[in-house]
Amino acid sequence: MTGHTHPPPRASIVAVIAACALIGLPLLGLALRAPWSTILDQISRPEVFRALWLSIECSVAATALSFVIGLPLAVWMASETSRWTNVVRAFVLLPMVLPPVVGGLALLLAFGRNGVFGQYLDAWFGITLPFSTAGVIVAETWVALPFFVLTTESGLRATDTRAADAAATLGAKPWRILTTITLPMIAPSLQAASILAWARALGEFGATITFAGNLESTTRTMPLAVYTALESSPEAAITLSFVLIAIAMAVLFVLRKRWFPTGRTAR
Amino acid sequence: MRTVRAIGAFATATAFAILGLGSCSHDDNSLVIFAAASLQGPFRELAESFATATGATTPRIHVAGTPQLVLQIREGACVDVFASADTVQMQRVVDLGRVHGDTIVFAKNKLVIVTSPGNPHGIRALEDLARDGLRVLLCGPDVPAGRYAREALANASISVRSVSDEPSVRSVAHKVALGEVDAGIVYATDAKALGNRVESVAIDPRWNVTATYVAANTDSDLGASFVRFLESKDAARILMHHGFETP
Repeated sequence: MTGHTHPPPRASIVAVIAACALIGLPLLGLALRAPWSTILDQISRPEVFRALWLSIECSVAATALSFVIGLPLAVWMASETSRWTNVVRAFVLLPMVLPPVVGGLALLLAFGRNGVFGQYLDAWFGITLPFSTAGVIVAETWVALPFFVLTTESGLRATDTRAADAAATLGAKPWRILTTITLPMIAPSLQAASILAWARALGEFGATITFAGNLESTTRTMPLAVYTALESSPEAAITLSFVLIAIAMAVLFVLRKRWFPTGRTAR
Repeated sequence: MRTVRAIGAFATATAFAILGLGSCSHDDNSLVIFAAASLQGPFRELAESFATATGATTPRIHVAGTPQLVLQIREGACVDVFASADTVQMQRVVDLGRVHGDTIVFAKNKLVIVTSPGNPHGIRALEDLARDGLRVLLCGPDVPAGRYAREALANASISVRSVSDEPSVRSVAHKVALGEVDAGIVYATDAKALGNRVESVAIDPRWNVTATYVAANTDSDLGASFVRFLESKDAARILMHHGFETP
């Protein structure tokens, strides 16, 4: 990566201030109205713990699902061995550009108890996804998968293929090349992909509330808890928001190498 | 340099346009009315009728679960009239100092049980909702329809665990109509609006609760005139046509 070494036009400072104000002022507003004197009591309430625990369970499960489905998919897409690659890519990326609430509605109409496919899930296996924790995981995977696949695929495309080529010449099978050469090389991308997918799953709201509903301990994850608390106790909603902001900052910290180049001459 | 000026002019214009969109004064003079979710049907007609009667522009109606409306009002939404599905939520707006003049009671409603068409689970009364394995949907306890439903269940000494705390009565009604749940408790007017997409089951009058709709002027003089209009015969006729009772 080459740094931008020319000084920027002085006027660009206006845009810098505008961007910082746009993002920073709402956070400041949140901080100024936070019930600081009771915030510890609020955070230690059992319903906050339940929402947080449910959020962690579901987002980790959604990340695991994204990993299991997304890694082979990314490998297949990066190889570009099929002319269907771009069709599949368009499908996989769709949830990233669609409003999540549309995803939730689509999931409900497809996998709901009376849904096009959901009725068979119910009749044959007794599985009903809406209003269940499994429904939350499906909704979160729906929105998180593209982030995993895209990040992993770009990691795969950026790898140096010479080692893999050499291994292939020496007679290594694709599976062996993948597991012993390619995957270790893209480990940083896999880490970033997992964290991005996890953060997206953790923050999921629209698809979850539409598809899985909003019930404490079953489907009320942190973002839904914020939304629900707003109706009765805005202070509780602010407190919950701070928990999510803290998690977001932790994500930035973990991914700092990826998003914070260490200087103009770095790398 | 020309490009830079163009970008600068564009940015300035955009900023002013956004500020304009954010301002509270609406140039077209149309009223903004916040109405409880269950009022969606009659309020569209009421707005038309009000416009015809007074020669004003047709008011714009924003419909959502009552607590969401209260939240938006508290955070400074520009609204001329607020129509709440219960007095509890209206009191919150009164406490904010946003109400000018009196609040009026303009409609009443009853609760019913709704099930999928054909009532496959044979639900006959409130007591049946406590059955094991039945998926029952209610609004959240802060939403008027959810509070009333819990009151009715408490009157009958029944405990029911809702599969979700829905944000508005319309989402309960529609999820029952979609068949995603076995039963829900909604207003009689919602069941009427859904027609044969749901089957309604009456709640014993001993347990049923009366929902009281209250409205108040929250901003302008024109707001006051709409609130007065809600007490008129024309308004009462529209409300009754949609299944509401009028005081």
